[in-house]
Amino acid sequence: MQNIRILTAGDSSLLVEFGNEISPAINKKITTTLNLMREQHIEGVVDVIPAFCSLLINYDPRVISYEELKDRMMGLVKMEGQTGQDRKRIFEIPVCYGGEYGPDIASIAAHAGLSEEEVIRIHSSRDYLIYMLGFLPGFCYLGGLDERIHTPRLANPRIKINAGSVGIGGSQTGIYPLDSPGGWQLMGMTPVRTYDPGREVPILLEAGDYIRFVPVDEAEYKRIKESVERGEYQCIVHEGEV
Amino acid sequence: MGIRILKGGMLTTVQDLGRTGYQSQGFPVAGVMDVRSFKIANLLLDNPENEAVLEFTLIGPTLEFTSSTIIAITGGDFQPTLNGEPAPMYTALYINKGDILKFGSARTGSRGYIAFSSYLQIPVEMGSRCTNLKSSLGGFKGRKLQAGDYINFRIKRRYLPFFLSRKLEPDDFDQESTTLRVVMGPQDDLFTKQGIETFLNSEYIVTSDFDRMGCRLEGPFIASKNGSDIISDGIAFGSVQVPAHGKPIILLSDRQTTGGYAKIATVASVDIPKLVQRKTDHKIRFEAITVQEAQRLYLEEIKELDEMRKIIHQPCKEVLECRLVAKRLRTLFES
Repeated sequence: MQNIRILTAGDSSLLVEFGNEISPAINKKITTTLNLMREQHIEGVVDVIPAFCSLLINYDPRVISYEELKDRMMGLVKMEGQTGQDRKRIFEIPVCYGGEYGPDIASIAAHAGLSEEEVIRIHSSRDYLIYMLGFLPGFCYLGGLDERIHTPRLANPRIKINAGSVGIGGSQTGIYPLDSPGGWQLMGMTPVRTYDPGREVPILLEAGDYIRFVPVDEAEYKRIKESVERGEYQCIVHEGEV
Repeated sequence: MGIRILKGGMLTTVQDLGRTGYQSQGFPVAGVMDVRSFKIANLLLDNPENEAVLEFTLIGPTLEFTSSTIIAITGGDFQPTLNGEPAPMYTALYINKGDILKFGSARTGSRGYIAFSSYLQIPVEMGSRCTNLKSSLGGFKGRKLQAGDYINFRIKRRYLPFFLSRKLEPDDFDQESTTLRVVMGPQDDLFTKQGIETFLNSEYIVTSDFDRMGCRLEGPFIASKNGSDIISDGIAFGSVQVPAHGKPIILLSDRQTTGGYAKIATVASVDIPKLVQRKTDHKIRFEAITVQEAQRLYLEEIKELDEMRKIIHQPCKEVLECRLVAKRLRTLFES
């Protein structure tokens, strides 16, 4: 607890720093603090940005001063651990790997010295913690990619990567939430829309959730895609104790 | 019933105070760059505080009105003309159907604002009407305005009480150098003592890398202790980040939600308008103040805006004189 620091970020923001490393333990502290903030509804808080090891809070100094908010937050982070909010959500993300859906899978396999099947098995065999969202609307920073399939970014980034593309960039893996330029090596595509501006909840995933990639064949991919387009598809979510 | 864009200008977008509440999901706030000029424009028309306006940059747009309305123009001086005649700024301005409002290039400042008493017909997306250019979200089709675009008004509102009183002293943007007050942190401890001194005692120059996302400055190298890469964290409006090249970049409305460079300081809210109204080659200095002082300045500005609201809701001198004369005439007739 002694390593939690509250720092100024101007007159309308404050940064709660929970440590200086990327770890599931610190991420859990941040998620817990966020849940406590939601429960307590601190008047004057306008927005929050959870990151790997910090929480930036935007607030309205007309409603709450720096000292007041600092005291409230100090109290909150001390309560950490006393909450029952210890459940985790795992989202199943169906992915059609390889072929036209993942044009770089051969290059990922070659770099790893593994077969494409092994790359797919490794990539889809563990649950990835969402540390934070940023960079693009709905873009998840995931932790825990197996070292065997770490792959450098493309020397020549693509001008357009389609929304739904699943790729690897260095030690990270993730899903492109919308069409975007990018340098990640693409291994597959999910029909699930992690970002849909027309949906009541535009962003599917939250920091603190987990993602499980589930390999599907092309026929299944197309079936899910149609269901998504009709607005009928419900992501499979597993809930359980941490 | 609305406005037709005859010329889009350099970068004209629909903006309000921004899309807050979604930063945790990676959505930039966007919103107006110069919050003060925005608030004054809406205030002059008794609009809701967060009503959408047009923000324009360096070269303003040309608009044709297809119905009468009342507007207010604030921000830098873009030499506006209404049907060829100079149009006054910082005042409620009556507009007739068919009027043409034309802006030139910014004589002073670099951003201007128009508020409309009839409100722009722009859908609210995720709680805001503002344009997020990078994600093509909100505003007018998620993009800047161009010739041929047409925006309807939402309501008819062609009368405002105390019309003649709705005049305020224009803010002065005619400076080529400015001092920005900053609150140090959150990562000022990653810079050397020398680095902090350089930051607070040097003159920096606004470069041409200056857009809605941020403003890059050129000037003396700010030394860090062990490089300035950090584990990515959230970015506030006005954050001053210093990457390895040692030159400050001030992050503005369209900033990404998170970033991996150390932030030496954050510009006080009341001084962000002074920065966003500067142009290339203008000079910037930084002065450290406490967070308490920055919040005091912020509350003071809120009071100043409340004061303005009072001023425009009092009968003006001419009206009062008229009333006095009428009263005298009445007593004359009655006796």
